Amino acid sequence: IMRGSALKQLGSLIARGAAKESTAIPAAQGAVRAYASADKQITATLFPGDGIGPEISEAVVTIFEAAKAPIQWEEQRIGKEVDPETNSFITRANLDSVLKNRIGLKGPMATPIGKGFRSLNLTLRKELQLYANVRPCLSIPGYKTRYDDVDLVTVRENTEGEYSGLEHEVVPGVVEALKVITATASTRVAEFAFKYASEHGRKKVTSVHKANIMKLADGLFIRCCREVAEKYPDIVYEEMIVDNTCMQLVSDPSQFDVMVMPNLYGDIISDLSAGLIGGLGLTPSGNIGANGLALMEAVHGTAPNLVGKNLANPTALLLSGVMMLKHLNLNEVANKIEDATLSTIAEGKYVTQDLGGNAGTSDFTKAIIGHLR
Amino acid sequence: TLRKELSLYANIRPCFSIPGYETKYNDVNLVTIRENTEGEYSGLEHEVVPGVVESLKVITEKASMRVAEYAFFYAKANNRSKVTAVHKANIMKKADGLFLSCCRKVADKYPEIKYEEKIIDNCCMQLVKDPSQFDVLVMPNLYGDIVSDLCAGLVGGLGLTPSLNVGDGGIALAEAVHGTAPDIAGKDLANPTALLLSSVMMLRHIEMGSYADKIESALLATIAEGKFLTGDLGGKATTTDFTNALCSKM
Repeated sequence: IMRGSALKQLGSLIARGAAKESTAIPAAQGAVRAYASADKQITATLFPGDGIGPEISEAVVTIFEAAKAPIQWEEQRIGKEVDPETNSFITRANLDSVLKNRIGLKGPMATPIGKGFRSLNLTLRKELQLYANVRPCLSIPGYKTRYDDVDLVTVRENTEGEYSGLEHEVVPGVVEALKVITATASTRVAEFAFKYASEHGRKKVTSVHKANIMKLADGLFIRCCREVAEKYPDIVYEEMIVDNTCMQLVSDPSQFDVMVMPNLYGDIISDLSAGLIGGLGLTPSGNIGANGLALMEAVHGTAPNLVGKNLANPTALLLSGVMMLKHLNLNEVANKIEDATLSTIAEGKYVTQDLGGNAGTSDFTKAIIGHLR
Repeated sequence: TLRKELSLYANIRPCFSIPGYETKYNDVNLVTIRENTEGEYSGLEHEVVPGVVESLKVITEKASMRVAEYAFFYAKANNRSKVTAVHKANIMKKADGLFLSCCRKVADKYPEIKYEEKIIDNCCMQLVKDPSQFDVLVMPNLYGDIVSDLCAGLVGGLGLTPSLNVGDGGIALAEAVHGTAPDIAGKDLANPTALLLSSVMMLRHIEMGSYADKIESALLATIAEGKFLTGDLGGKATTTDFTNALCSKM
């Protein structure tokens, strides 16, 4: 991902009509392609999803267009049947689209009933090698919860740990479930957490663990975190035991900044943190894969009872879209959209039902566009 | 040592909002019951090859039945109306699945008590959004560890939280779960609430409910009145003053 000054340089190169090849980022940097000028569009995969997914996706697309975000959407629909190539309702074409574009946005998806195929999330995770789940949790002015000073980011290791799916019945009535922690996965997620902290101006990374009990497993995790921490002397690093962390989160969440955790604790703490700011309807989420690939998603449900009634709140998907723009280093337009969204909610005149108002999705969308500066 | 030698298999922590000590939550009234012998804390881990560690989580029918039986027995004995089993059986189908099937079996024997199941991540989110929806919660070891501390945080922390450990044959050891606070030792500043509420649990366990109620009422009245509160509760009273005020209210 290019830094601001390099971006400006490249921008002026393009303006002077420099050779096309020189604007490409060397493959060695291994990062997501970033384009310097507003007229060069980035193609991103869009999975509208099910239920309210298509409505809120439309709102996002409309707002992005109004904000002149240089994004060209490549819409992908999940299959109606299991694709034999993927053993999932997620088709080979769906996956190839994200692999090609390296960036995507996903709406809520209904869980298909039945057996014998891989779940949607599992398919995406394995095929796109999504190793970290990132959720920024920010108190939203205008949507009051018991907490008004939450500003933290949870980074969850998403491939191993307690969710390795390795369990067996030893003898009737006795089950063993394996938790797997590896140096590779732990270092990888720690690297991402510190890099994210560094790039987003965050000051502290807290690793969450139970190494006093799980000395080898969680011990390995925090050892990897410590090793990465040493490479970032400007970022404060601390460790906190998971049960105390949860207690601290409900007593004073403002003490936290970036948090990095193995799978299960990450699952719990990311949902706990979402609860502090108002729930999954307001929480953005990003999944990070190899070589800078990223798939952002709304983590709320499909809300079948709201479909087609112009009632759905697109905030979670929109803020996930903002995360997507920031991942692509398109910070200016990302901040523009984020500010407009937060202003609209803070103003309180046109907010959806779940936020305590009675505006429809379309009015909410229009109001956000109205706030774009 | 205590846990193994006394076969303490369940940790019980009632969490309730204390009038006079305001937190962000004023309607908490729940009890966490945590399986305390197995699960993720079995201490069975090894390095398979350098950089790859396996840690075993063990769930047995015996331990799950035992803690579920206690949870429903406790609910009935203390006039609680609902038991929620907390799990991640959608992912850990066999391990947490076994835990749930044991809870369901016991639930069948208590038709007058409502039984429900909640996935751990959603449970934590619900706890911070609306803890009043919960009554008794029963959980395997790790979730119990996390949820019991989370709940203590909702009502004001470990300095106010009682705790009781139950062992085979009805043995029980109540305890204050906060630290030793070396910086206030010997200064008549310490808050005895957690230990006192734990002793109230002890009295109820040996069926001395009327004494338990008497002491608990006096304690809550003292805190609610707000005249003699220790430093951590926002007051300037000493341990002695607090204790005397409490006694005068009995």
